[in-house]
Amino acid sequence: MAFSRTKDASGVAIVQVEGQLIVGNRHELKELVQAALGQGERRLLIDFSRTGYIDSSGLGALVSISKKIREAGGELRLSGLNEDLRSLFELTKLDTLFAIAETPQQALASF
Amino acid sequence: MPSPLRLCVRRSPAPDGGGARTLVTLRLPSEIECIEEAVDLVTRHCLAGHEASRTTRFRLQVVLSEALSNAIVRGNQEDRGKWVDVRAELGPDAIRLEVTDEGPGFNPADVPEPIRPEQLDEANGRGLYLIRKLVDLVQFNEQGNSICMILRRP
Repeated sequence: MAFSRTKDASGVAIVQVEGQLIVGNRHELKELVQAALGQGERRLLIDFSRTGYIDSSGLGALVSISKKIREAGGELRLSGLNEDLRSLFELTKLDTLFAIAETPQQALASF
Repeated sequence: MPSPLRLCVRRSPAPDGGGARTLVTLRLPSEIECIEEAVDLVTRHCLAGHEASRTTRFRLQVVLSEALSNAIVRGNQEDRGKWVDVRAELGPDAIRLEVTDEGPGFNPADVPEPIRPEQLDEANGRGLYLIRKLVDLVQFNEQGNSICMILRRP
């Protein structure tokens, strides 16, 4: 499991979640986003195209991240959720809290 | 470094001839770093040789991860001297998962539903709710330190 950060041509910071986002690694993702905000990034995309599963701590970390980005005057998009991952957001009503796009390309176009 | 997880797998034909059964038991220390490996081991050995949809596998992984997280963090308070036991039994119609910690237990009726609009911004409190939504039946022992989850196979 790993998180990687890149930047697209339009200046959006893209964070890729590879493997799981769970209680054991959620702080790593929060720190990565915090560092991006500290470096002036204000448009962030978290992509789950290569993610296996997410637990409630992972969902909670995304809620905290979303709050931090909002407080910094930034914008967050999520993308690449397959049907199973998306169901977690729907069951917890978090699909109403996040801007979710089907693909990274669609998410990037929506900034 | 050797893994601190202790795994046992038993496969046997059902006594009534209704299909093979698989029993997986796993003991792990109260370290959140062990959860991913534990979920992987139980899922892999439990479903080996059986057909399971992607959604069944996914639900098994999520609810097991949740139950282990609750057991380690809330039940055993991450006390490395305490263990968590997993018992997973795959039968012809259902998967039965039991996760037991060494904590004092809790009353599941005291856990509020986390989906009210004013709670959406909260970082915690979704674990048990997710488990209840993803499996067909959830039961606790009287002490509240052991959860049993039944996932029917489609």
